[in-house]
Amino acid sequence: MSKAAGLTDAELVRLCRAGDPDGWNELVERFSRYVYAIAVRGFRLGDEEAEDVFQDVFTRVYTRLDTLRDDSAVRPWIAQLTRRRCLDVLASRGRETAVEEEVLTHEETADLGEVEEAFAVREALAGLSDTCQDILDRFFARDQSYKTIADELEIPPGTIASRIARCLGRLKDALGPET
Amino acid sequence: MTRIYDEERLGVLLRILRPAPVGWVRAAQELPAAHRTLDEIVARAEADLAFRNALLADLETALAAEGYEPHRRVLDEIRERLTD
Repeated sequence: MSKAAGLTDAELVRLCRAGDPDGWNELVERFSRYVYAIAVRGFRLGDEEAEDVFQDVFTRVYTRLDTLRDDSAVRPWIAQLTRRRCLDVLASRGRETAVEEEVLTHEETADLGEVEEAFAVREALAGLSDTCQDILDRFFARDQSYKTIADELEIPPGTIASRIARCLGRLKDALGPET
Repeated sequence: MTRIYDEERLGVLLRILRPAPVGWVRAAQELPAAHRTLDEIVARAEADLAFRNALLADLETALAAEGYEPHRRVLDEIRERLTD
């Protein structure tokens, strides 16, 4: 893990502005899943369109980082850039003539809400041990089997299910009640 | 409204933020280097009229002849900046 991984969003933005390559790598790493999820899950874009959106968003972030007024607001800014680019894609497809978020279906709006909720869970996950982060990510986000996880982490396969349950319990505690 | 996250719900939410394809992430991480290349090419074009004309005539061939192999997006940006 790079030293930039432990920084707050605002600190990370400042590091990127200073031209630190580790800072930029971490910024892309930190928000890549988020941008991808908005494009693919929220707007249901196919791979080709999603890749265009993904690269455009990070290009805009890189070239316009100086225009961000509140460094701690980098995530909502990235979300807004991503949603706008996705809406442009939908409009260019002719699916909708308007390019406002009001054109989104109820289902798409709900899915975008879930992406936000998922990000909050992921932030809570980052506060758990490296082992818990790794196991939960492998099992849920990377769809790895118990056997693959056991082989790659060199732990007994029979303990994977109980480790997942234990880590989920810790994650639940870290999140507290959902409001 | 207050809800308690149960294990099933946490699983659903953890599945939402899947890793983006590795190649996409790598390309985004290489943006600073790509932009340095872009700036270098544009600066050369501004200083060297023959190079600029060659770029305007056939961008990809002119860049390949000089040893540049920029990504498609960088090519688009160079075109945009040369025609500004």
